[in-house]
Amino acid sequence: MVKVEINGQIVEAREGDMLIDVADEAQISIPRFCYHKKLSIAANCRMCLVEVEGAWKPLPACATPVTDGMKVHTKSAKAIAAQKSVMEFLLINHPLDCPICDQGGECELQDVAMDYGDDVSRYTEAKRIVGDRDAGSLIQTDMTRCIHCTRCVRFGQEVAGMMELGATGRSEWMEIGTYIEKSITSEMSGNMIDLCPVGALTSKPFRYSARAWELKSHNGIAPHDSMGSNIIVHSKDDEVKRVVPRENESINEVWLSDRDRFAYEGINSSERLTAPQIKQNGHWITVDWETALQFVVDGLKAKLTNSEKVGVLASPSATLEELHLLQKLARGLGVENIDHRLRQTDFSMDVNGYQTPSLQTSIDAIEKSDSVLLIGSYLRKELPILNHRIRKAALDNAQVHVVNPMSFDFNYKLANEIIADQDNLVSQLAAVAKAAVEITSENEQAWLDDIEVSDVHRQIVQSLKAADKAEIMLGQIAQSHASFARLQKIASVIAQETGATLNILPMAANDLGAHVVNCLPQKGKNVSQMLNDKLSVFINYGIEPEFDCVESQAALNAMKQADFVVNFALFDSASQREYADVLLPIASFAETAGTYVNANGLKQSFKMAVEPKGEAKAGWKVLRVLGNLFDLQGFEQTHSNEVLAEVLDNDQPQIDFNAVQVELDNADESYHMISPYAIDGIVRRSPSLQATPDANAQLTLRG
Amino acid sequence: MMPQNECCYRLNHLDRSWDIDVYMANGGYEIWKKVLAGELDPQEIIEEVKTSGIRGRGGAGFPTGLKWSFMNRLAPGDKYILCNSDEGEPGTFKDRDIMRYNPHQLVEGMMIAGYVIGATAGYNYIRGEFWEPYKRFDNAINQAREAGLLGKNILGSGFDFDLYTHLGAGAYICGEETALVESIEGKKGQPRFKPPFPASYGLYGKPTTINNTETLASIPMILAKGGKWFADLGVENAGGTKCYAVSGHVEKPGNFEVRMGTPFKDLLDAAGGIWKGRELKCVIPGGASTAILPAEKAMAMNMDYDSIAKAGSFLGAGSVIIMDDQTDIVKVIENLSHFYWDESCGQCTPCREGTGWLYRVVKRIREGKGRPEDIESLKNVSGKIMGNVICGLGDAATIAMTSALEHYEHEFRHYIEHGCSIYDRQ
Repeated sequence: MVKVEINGQIVEAREGDMLIDVADEAQISIPRFCYHKKLSIAANCRMCLVEVEGAWKPLPACATPVTDGMKVHTKSAKAIAAQKSVMEFLLINHPLDCPICDQGGECELQDVAMDYGDDVSRYTEAKRIVGDRDAGSLIQTDMTRCIHCTRCVRFGQEVAGMMELGATGRSEWMEIGTYIEKSITSEMSGNMIDLCPVGALTSKPFRYSARAWELKSHNGIAPHDSMGSNIIVHSKDDEVKRVVPRENESINEVWLSDRDRFAYEGINSSERLTAPQIKQNGHWITVDWETALQFVVDGLKAKLTNSEKVGVLASPSATLEELHLLQKLARGLGVENIDHRLRQTDFSMDVNGYQTPSLQTSIDAIEKSDSVLLIGSYLRKELPILNHRIRKAALDNAQVHVVNPMSFDFNYKLANEIIADQDNLVSQLAAVAKAAVEITSENEQAWLDDIEVSDVHRQIVQSLKAADKAEIMLGQIAQSHASFARLQKIASVIAQETGATLNILPMAANDLGAHVVNCLPQKGKNVSQMLNDKLSVFINYGIEPEFDCVESQAALNAMKQADFVVNFALFDSASQREYADVLLPIASFAETAGTYVNANGLKQSFKMAVEPKGEAKAGWKVLRVLGNLFDLQGFEQTHSNEVLAEVLDNDQPQIDFNAVQVELDNADESYHMISPYAIDGIVRRSPSLQATPDANAQLTLRG
Repeated sequence: MMPQNECCYRLNHLDRSWDIDVYMANGGYEIWKKVLAGELDPQEIIEEVKTSGIRGRGGAGFPTGLKWSFMNRLAPGDKYILCNSDEGEPGTFKDRDIMRYNPHQLVEGMMIAGYVIGATAGYNYIRGEFWEPYKRFDNAINQAREAGLLGKNILGSGFDFDLYTHLGAGAYICGEETALVESIEGKKGQPRFKPPFPASYGLYGKPTTINNTETLASIPMILAKGGKWFADLGVENAGGTKCYAVSGHVEKPGNFEVRMGTPFKDLLDAAGGIWKGRELKCVIPGGASTAILPAEKAMAMNMDYDSIAKAGSFLGAGSVIIMDDQTDIVKVIENLSHFYWDESCGQCTPCREGTGWLYRVVKRIREGKGRPEDIESLKNVSGKIMGNVICGLGDAATIAMTSALEHYEHEFRHYIEHGCSIYDRQ
């Protein structure tokens, strides 16, 4: 530790720390633009120039390591003069169009100019004008406002892992632009909007829709993947205007995936269901809640005598409270066919119990991994925040291996990539397992006898085995694979033999929560059985079966042949009106209080940000009233917290994979690729996300 | 007649002086062979270079022996020697003639420097427009390689070393050593923030020494004739000879290698004196980045670091720009400020924005649209760039401006008040 004197105040710091960090720690503010704690140091804006005793010229605090006894003045005449000089230079070519700039009110240039700028410009020459770039549907460019801090460029290189923006040209004609006029396609691109200190890069969907100071901020939890990224929902006039990340170093750091940032558009979609609807004599009529719920009760009561013919399909993106009350209601009515695993097709592992999907290692510790094996996963698009941690590990020399049915464009170097494009994902993974058995133990594994092992399989095993911290992850493609059970068993062998941690990655915001509250067919049918066993009643909670189930055609057929279908729905649609009998409008994630359990099992609760659209109600309230209407016990809650308090940590017995036996012959190798922007109804109704290349699953593939 | 062409240009008068045969017939590569034979160890070489008093000829004048001593030749890993031949400073063309007429001496100098610092490879970064010098230098490397003087296990010494030529793409900023490094790495030519310095983090992040062409080309002669010989050619604090590129309003512009401390007026005479029988108005003694000196100061100074500094400017790269008594200083500054504005890399704010501001104001003044407050703006903006930038380009952009205003403010005022030059007829 060294002692540094800043403005007369003695501050302790580690030698070599940058002055700006030391000052920040001591709450001494130094203006800056190019510096960002998550990006490399550029020292190009010069705004953080400070006076250091002994130096003939002012030094940039962001790039000046502290030394013992250093004396720094951030507010001396010399420092202020340097800072004001830079401010003046930054403003001479800036358009100063704050009144029509979306960044106005939350602009770093505006804020710093309040302290260091003059009220009148001495610059009377012509100002620079820079042409805008079409950067796609998410980011609006106004490059005349750019102050060349290069945060966006460094973000691309260092965080997104794709050089989408760069600086071309020199002198004051240096321009930030997309590489040969491409649009920006990173799944994390929206973060550039936050990073841009001025209004050069702003949110296209949010453009001109509100001023920063009109917005109300509500803390929330991101609902479109299992990371539990912390967000702030910004609303105006009771409408969600945008979503931005809320810093949480242990989860999403300062980042947010594009999906969680821009999907809010779906909340405001014109397709939202705003009033209860019932179908009578083949005609849909809008009714009040009382009528609708009575209609549900009457309709269900007639069918409950045959409760094994009733199925409940739950959205894994629903809140913990909703899922808990849903299964409580179903079981209270004697219905055991309840499931949320809509994107799974192989349920043969269920005979051994339910393995709770989870990320065993904390999200922030993933970046310390030494070796990672991804199985059936395009992790970059599936869980961008987790992928970012693995990218950090990879940049820190971790080895990342993948076994996938096709080649994907990862934004880090893969140590080994096995592409099972001959429909042999199972045998390829089995070869890794066999290599692991051969290398690490002499355990008799007769079922692996016919598998051929090559060097690449051995290399993966050696890497996992040599690593201090090794992770094996089964992703979305593995989970939708027709031989998921085999893949789990094989992966468990690899994990066991190499000492790596096995993770079946939760995908949706509450995949893990649904397991916690037992939204599972303990005694009943799983999703696939429900869809294929000609049930007479379906209760669909927060889903559109024909889009949310991977067996989409089976789902649509099952709904059509059912006698009575109740949809708790966010959205109205022609196809639902074809098969459903009741549509009950429920609140979106921004319109209800609730809790999500993230991939690490962390429960994060949030409050309602805006009122539900129209007559829509928070789902847990609807379920509670239904419980009352059925005269069930335990539906007296008046606050979502009371519902949450009922949820006990479910110590569900996990599967002993050693006892599981699988055969490798004749494995069904079909699997599903799901576009990252098709995973739930809200995302599907975000026009901006749908306009990106990633909305088409095929386009995200390499080559 | 003062002695000329004693070191870097010593062979320039010979027929096909760029051929290895001519070079070897004149003692070329003898030192390199001695080095390889182990007759000269790196420490001895550094001491000899220190004794010679040679300072970096690229402009900054940093003592070369000291620079080399920063490198730990025994440290593991790759190290590099880079030669800066990105001769882009307006008025500078001295290195061009070393590469055109005496490329082997540079090759030998780079080899020796590479050996001293323990480099595995060397790169000569040549200005993009220098096609002929590029061909000559590249040919010299090939000849040296064919002669077994470069490559693996050179002359059975067990030492591996090779040289490569890198042609720039026309950016002045790539003459700044860290921008040069970025450029060789294939990146946009932008200076790095220092520290770390290239000696610890240079090309590809490895320890790197970067020397000017003239500096490296002087090394074989220093070692052949001794550091003391070289030091004695010059004056105190400035050993050896210096190549001056004399341009502007002289009868015989060109390159002149003379001894350090030569009186400016002798150099002017060597270049044939002021053209058309006119008088000297002022001189830029070291390239566009050094301050303008009026005639009376220039005529009294000698061409060495200390004497020029005393006169109020800098030896720089030895690029002497002569201006006669008909020269419109406002036009000169318009030209120079356009250059710096155009060549600013655009990375850091004061230079990117400030150079354009300076240029536009001077241009407006020259067009007869100046305003009285413009003079103050030029001084003030210059002051706001100076010292607040990453590299020397921004600082340099203000030096000519500040010195012109110091000595010739009345010419600017004349433009502002009368809308025309002091030389225009009313």
